[in-house]
Amino acid sequence: MFNKIIIGRFMPGNSWIHRLDARTKLIISILFIFVIFLATSVPAYLLAGLLTLVVIMMTGLGFKTFLRGIRPLLFLMLLTTFLQIFFVTTGTVLWQFGWIKVTTDGLINGAAIFVRFMLIIIFSTVLTLTTQPLEIADAMEALMKPLKRIGVPVAELALMISIALRFVPTLLDEAETIMNAQRARGVLFNEGHLIHRIKAFVPLLIPLFINAIKRAIELGDAMEARGYRGDTERTKYRVLTWQRQDTIAMAGFLLFVVILIGMKFIFG
Amino acid sequence: MATMIELKNVSYTYPEAETPALQDLSLTIDAGEWVAVIGHNGSGKSTLAKLLNYLLQPSAGEIRINGILAEPVNVWTIRDLVGMVFQNPDNQFVGATVADDVAFGLENRGIARDVMQQKVEQALRRVHMWKFAAREPARLSGGQKQRVAIASALVLAPQVLILDEATSMLDPKGRREMVQLVRELKQELGSALTVISITHDIEEAASANRVIVINDGSLIETGVPSVVFSDAKRLQSFGLDVPFAEQLKAKLAAKGVDVPDDYQTTEGMVNWIWQSISPK
Repeated sequence: MFNKIIIGRFMPGNSWIHRLDARTKLIISILFIFVIFLATSVPAYLLAGLLTLVVIMMTGLGFKTFLRGIRPLLFLMLLTTFLQIFFVTTGTVLWQFGWIKVTTDGLINGAAIFVRFMLIIIFSTVLTLTTQPLEIADAMEALMKPLKRIGVPVAELALMISIALRFVPTLLDEAETIMNAQRARGVLFNEGHLIHRIKAFVPLLIPLFINAIKRAIELGDAMEARGYRGDTERTKYRVLTWQRQDTIAMAGFLLFVVILIGMKFIFG
Repeated sequence: MATMIELKNVSYTYPEAETPALQDLSLTIDAGEWVAVIGHNGSGKSTLAKLLNYLLQPSAGEIRINGILAEPVNVWTIRDLVGMVFQNPDNQFVGATVADDVAFGLENRGIARDVMQQKVEQALRRVHMWKFAAREPARLSGGQKQRVAIASALVLAPQVLILDEATSMLDPKGRREMVQLVRELKQELGSALTVISITHDIEEAASANRVIVINDGSLIETGVPSVVFSDAKRLQSFGLDVPFAEQLKAKLAAKGVDVPDDYQTTEGMVNWIWQSISPK
């Protein structure tokens, strides 16, 4: 039941996008969310769509993968779109049934939200599909570094993130094992009414928690035995390297932002 | 030979425990020795391992590693001297990949990155895991994870390597590979590495130079495997197994076969049977 989760799944590959520094990809993905709101005209959306298309082609993973990434969120996207269409009441009325009105403004707003939503999701999917979770964690640490000055324990947070990521598959395996063990004893998961189902998860959760605590104690021992002191300056084995392609990607994205701003002035 | 580990009247009682886990333990281990510590569950073997690495502080008595007294001031020096491999392969894997895990101890010591890369490669080659450097722990077998754990300890160039039931959660194949690996390491590093393997596995203990038997927190006896294992009845009274060859000997003796008195390895037993049944 756990291998169906595709959010944040990494797809190995060796495309230009794959080889980009995780920091570049993270920064661009975050900025894209803000920048997309600059697009207010059809040509601007076309440009953003074109950029997204080019990025998808460059990952070499094929459209299907991305469409699959969108599918779980499709309901949410359509819901917001329809809400926009039916509840925006300004502009010319095209069709009316009782109190429900479809107006030109509503349609335009709905379409804009749908496109924005899709572009943002595709862009973040590019990040997670082409970057190992570990690298994303490293990139987050690098970007959090300035926060060290205001007393945020960045190194400790980074260690916690990397240990958490490392234990995700281990704990999923364990959950599966405990579930099967409890099934063998007659516990029925996913059957009966709501309260029943919730109760069935207790024999899964308690052993899982207790084992997690045991693991934490043993891991702590192993870390101390290997000289982890926490308070000292540590060096890093894994480093992110900024390459020429990162500068190119950043410059390209900047150009896109500048053109978008320009379009805002020209087309309104 | 120089003394590497010295325990003088060491006792340890866990907080909230009524009886001490270790009682008045005195023992010395020479540099370069390969010592196996055996004893049944709860006999205090793992407590001993944790004391040696200063993960626990003795309640009484003193411990010296390479002449350095185990006291709070020396804790990091002692952990530099003593490397440790624990029982559960999953719970001691800190790094997100094999290479990261081996590098963890070096990172803690602030080693420069280029030196670190060399050392990680060297350590992983030594345990035949360099091919797997970029693998995540979820994609390794138990035996492979334990080999990485050995590399993670060795990369810090310890003088003492403690294997705290390191093979107890492995399948027979992984177990044999581990024993073989320790043998290789001993051959390569010789007297530069002292190995203390705390174990349930009698075959593993039989590979050591010396066996220490612990029962209910006190030292029962210490000697070469052939002597310790020759008294099968006594071992069984402490809840311990006897090696296969000794079990066979006991069964043969029960059938009225006149078996040799002294300890036999499996090989020795094969030779003896061969000699006694083939026509003269």
